[in-house]
Amino acid sequence: MMRHIISVLLENEPGALSRVVGLFSQRGYNIETLNVAPTEDPTLSRLTLTTIGDDHKIEQITKHLNRLIDVVKLVDLSEGAHIERELMLVKVRATGAQRAEIKRCTDIFRGQIVDVGPSVYTIQVTGAADKLDSFLEAVGEAAIMEVVRSGVSGIARGEKILSL
Amino acid sequence: MELLSGGEMIARAMEDEGVEFIFGYPGGAVLHIYDALFKSCKVPHILVRHEQAATHAADGYARATGKPGVVLVTSGPGATNAITGIATAYMDSIPMVVLSGQVASHLIGEDAFQETDMLGISRPIVKHSFQVRRTEDIPEIIKKAFYIATTGRPGPVVIDLPKDLTNPHDKFEYSYPKKVKLRSYTPATRGHSGQIKKAASLLLSAKRPIIYAGGGVVQGNASEQLRVLARELNFPVTHTLMGLGAFPASDRQFVGMLGMHGFYEANNAMHHSDVILAVGARFDDRVTNTTGKFCPGAKIVHIDIDPAAISKTIAADVPIVGPVDSVLNDLLAVIHEMRAADTSLPDKDALKHWWNQIDEWRDTHGLWVRPQYDTSTPFIKPQQVIETLCKVTHGKAYVASDVGQHQMFAAQYYKFDEPRRWLNSGGLGTMGFGLPAAMGAKLAFPDADVACVTGEGSIQMNIQELSTCAQYKIPVKIISLYNGYLGMVKQWQDMQYDGRYSESVYENSLPDFIKLAEAYGHVGIQVTKLSDLEDAMKEAFARKNDLVFMDIHVDPHEHVYPMHIAPNGSMRDMWLSKTERT
Repeated sequence: MMRHIISVLLENEPGALSRVVGLFSQRGYNIETLNVAPTEDPTLSRLTLTTIGDDHKIEQITKHLNRLIDVVKLVDLSEGAHIERELMLVKVRATGAQRAEIKRCTDIFRGQIVDVGPSVYTIQVTGAADKLDSFLEAVGEAAIMEVVRSGVSGIARGEKILSL
Repeated sequence: MELLSGGEMIARAMEDEGVEFIFGYPGGAVLHIYDALFKSCKVPHILVRHEQAATHAADGYARATGKPGVVLVTSGPGATNAITGIATAYMDSIPMVVLSGQVASHLIGEDAFQETDMLGISRPIVKHSFQVRRTEDIPEIIKKAFYIATTGRPGPVVIDLPKDLTNPHDKFEYSYPKKVKLRSYTPATRGHSGQIKKAASLLLSAKRPIIYAGGGVVQGNASEQLRVLARELNFPVTHTLMGLGAFPASDRQFVGMLGMHGFYEANNAMHHSDVILAVGARFDDRVTNTTGKFCPGAKIVHIDIDPAAISKTIAADVPIVGPVDSVLNDLLAVIHEMRAADTSLPDKDALKHWWNQIDEWRDTHGLWVRPQYDTSTPFIKPQQVIETLCKVTHGKAYVASDVGQHQMFAAQYYKFDEPRRWLNSGGLGTMGFGLPAAMGAKLAFPDADVACVTGEGSIQMNIQELSTCAQYKIPVKIISLYNGYLGMVKQWQDMQYDGRYSESVYENSLPDFIKLAEAYGHVGIQVTKLSDLEDAMKEAFARKNDLVFMDIHVDPHEHVYPMHIAPNGSMRDMWLSKTERT
């Protein structure tokens, strides 16, 4: 069972996203994270999802995705060298001595404090999903008020591209 | 260029697409379209009595002809009633275009009268769907829908049509596109030549080969190629429920249907094979029995147009993605070359040995060698009804079936020599499919014998279509096997629930089917004695212009055998009768 990042070029049409999401629930596949936005070509969306499964299941997922008429192309980024990024916003309780401690922790993770209140920091962290997990662990559950994650985005390293 | 309203565009596009019948039912959201059909459309419309029947009739038409079936229904309940038929077509990969009305664009999402999210509801059971947003797009969307429905692995396509876009007062330029291209949809046109070579050498080295061919051969119009290849190699051929007729049943090389109610010789030949050539079949659970025990010694070549069908449940050793007809042609060419280079291929001694084994299986338990059912009871046996039907119609009828024991008996005992004659809901198993599907086939082939094999359970799921048959003079023959039970449910309850017939008994609540048929203006014939059966059936088919409802009383306690032993059984593990198992 491995985590895979599947990146999809999708027709930017009404209902296209629901077909992708519906496929996963219909066939009992899991979606761990999902994000989607238009590309430089406004007729195309780029959708990235992460899912967990053995090779057989991942093969089925990619085959069934390819079967959808709205799916133009897809790639399993995990099959090659790739860059993975996720953006996270975390609102934490920050009072007294904790304010300095949280600031230090944010620096270590190369995050940024993007909003400051008398007793609250909002921190932005980007990176691979496991780095974001580690940051949450480091800050500690007690301080965390709210977490928002974008879901994983990814792109292949080097010359390889996913385009028409 | 001509100016047409949305409704007129739809009517015209049906003509331009060469549609022969529209099966449908009017309602508020499609009244503009129906008005356009009334004014100008040359395509006949068949008014069914329930939208489910519209989809099944279109489906039966499509199965019998190979052309896409066309359905027109209104929004809300019209659309939801069509769902079962769309799902049926989807499961069996039948080309179909469903035009569904929708409330006016500005009302969508407001829970308007007869509004339902048709795209959402149909999403998991369509190949693709469209909602029209601009009237000008109608011709192109219709062209795309037909293109998608009929190419690659065929399937149903829904077009949702908001009422305002079909308004007769808003006219736009109309031209029907000759071709469409979709950048995201390019079905395979040829199989991979390297894979085909691998397959050929595997086949030629086989000692115990079998060809396992499914509905894809029928839908892919590859029966001829299958016949040539099978005869060239002298390999046994077995069919799935969906494939029947692609290879002639009367051919010696045909070893019968395989699977849960498959022939003893077919299931054994599969189990003991060393090479399986799977063509347009999908190794579904009604074929394989326990997948972990499936054909332990077999290498598998799997040809299918749909990559997702390959290695889904059973891993293929040589997967080949492509249209079955062209792949079989290419395969045959390679085999010719290889045989020319080495005339000893395939191993004739091994094949002789294999055929001896198969003939031995066939001799001991083959359903067509001698009756494998008990003829000592006073009842008509359901198997005898199908044998008689096959005899009376010379094995040439279009046979639509419903779902249950009668379906399995028809599949086992009607000897289909041609493809597209056997019309049944194999994947979804939809009761109520038979009568409307028979209507679709009879409309397409008015001079052919068309039978609907059904039971008193299934027929009541779309019996209202007797009225449609009366209106359009569709003289199908209904062969209803009356046993007073939901037969297949009862069989499972006998075998697995100690005969507790939970809700499978009709208890004197059934109508007099003869009077019922007569009430619609049709002919009813009841048969209760075996000695009357053949003559009665001859009379029914002699009445060319009458719909005849044959109410045939059969043994209420008969079971369908062979039957796979489950759970944990392999292909060769079967019940052969109520008391005998392998």
